[in-house]
Amino acid sequence: MEATVVTENSNEDVWSGGGKRPFAASYGKMMMWFFIMSDALTFSGFLVSYGLMRFKFIDSWPIADEVFTHVPFVHGHFPMYYVAFMTFILIFSSVTMVLAVDAGHQMKKGKVTLYMLLTIIGGAIFLGSQAWEWKNFIGGTYGAVVLQDGKIAQFVDNDGHQIALSDFVVKDDGARVAHTRSNGLWFENDAGSLPPYTVSEVVASFNANPSVNLRTEQIDLGVKEKTIVSKEEANKFLAKATNVVMGANLQVNEYGKTLFADFFFFITGFHGFHVFSGILINIIIFFNVIIGTYEKRGHYEMVEKVGLYWHFVDLVWVFVFTFFYLV
Amino acid sequence: MAHTEAHESHTGLIWKVFGFLSIITIVEVILGIMKPESLHLTPFLGTSLLNWIFLILTLVKAYGIAWYFMHLREEKASLRRAIVWTCVFLICYLTALVLIEGGYIHDQLAPYLSWS
Repeated sequence: MEATVVTENSNEDVWSGGGKRPFAASYGKMMMWFFIMSDALTFSGFLVSYGLMRFKFIDSWPIADEVFTHVPFVHGHFPMYYVAFMTFILIFSSVTMVLAVDAGHQMKKGKVTLYMLLTIIGGAIFLGSQAWEWKNFIGGTYGAVVLQDGKIAQFVDNDGHQIALSDFVVKDDGARVAHTRSNGLWFENDAGSLPPYTVSEVVASFNANPSVNLRTEQIDLGVKEKTIVSKEEANKFLAKATNVVMGANLQVNEYGKTLFADFFFFITGFHGFHVFSGILINIIIFFNVIIGTYEKRGHYEMVEKVGLYWHFVDLVWVFVFTFFYLV
Repeated sequence: MAHTEAHESHTGLIWKVFGFLSIITIVEVILGIMKPESLHLTPFLGTSLLNWIFLILTLVKAYGIAWYFMHLREEKASLRRAIVWTCVFLICYLTALVLIEGGYIHDQLAPYLSWS
């Protein structure tokens, strides 16, 4: 630590090792920029592989507006609103961070403390929102049927709006016998490991209900909407159905391509981990501000360095937001 | 030490930048919800016109954050260029790569996928 701190009486053109000070930047700031650039390359790699896979399946990729539609405490179909709120929270926490840096330049300890605290709270709200977003994505909304070749078939009403399995599937209580411990050595709890309906229940209810239609993953590129097929054709698809899926995980995804779920978990997870470490670092710096470490040191450069990291996390979110939710 | 000099407060500028970033985000969200057909369904250089608007607005936002919040405008020109130009070339390269090669992969793969 001592080695990186430029003290009042040292020559400000050199780093403490004695070398010339490149770009007129302090050692810590320079290293933070090195880290940010390498991290930016990592995220570019992730986003570009996402983009490439998306183009590869451009005619069957899930449509984000149909996937992320939840808003807390309100029931209904609200694409984009919640994630827009998350974006605002992160931008706002960036603003309080830059205000903290600004106050640090003027050696106003009280203001730095307040703005650091607001930044930490903003970060925590964002992280909580992301956890909630994950919860909805993992739990699923409508449920779907997965076919032999991994394609997903979803169900819509006559207006083309997606409907949940629970809205039309009639449970056939005789069809499935609950497994019990006395019947086998490798006992798995039935309730937790099985989807709520069987394929035959879904097919029977689908054919019994004229207002339910089947939608394939295929996107009509002329109108950029998923294709709804006739009942007759739907039965050809359903003949190949192997499983009922609820929600998304790394193996299966009710919204469409499993690859979409994999990328979503990986990229937003990696970003969320950055936010999490950012909050931890912010908390450490926050307490350092309170006990007066930087007041004694004579400058608040540490706040500026952690600020650089925090803004970078915001910057990455701007791109994640565009590629996962907008484009 | 640079920080012992009197620093003027940039609070006004910071709030202006915040307003600017907010407006861009609101425009993005409105376009994302409405998806006007004239933009959404018009292809342009490998993707739709709407996607190009999103990409450009995103880069403008990135510029706002890097330039004002990350204080790039206060850094020495040499450091600034080392960072900014690296990113500019990277983004141009990656965008071209995804738009050209991604479309190619789809063209080659699509005939092998049956939808009936």
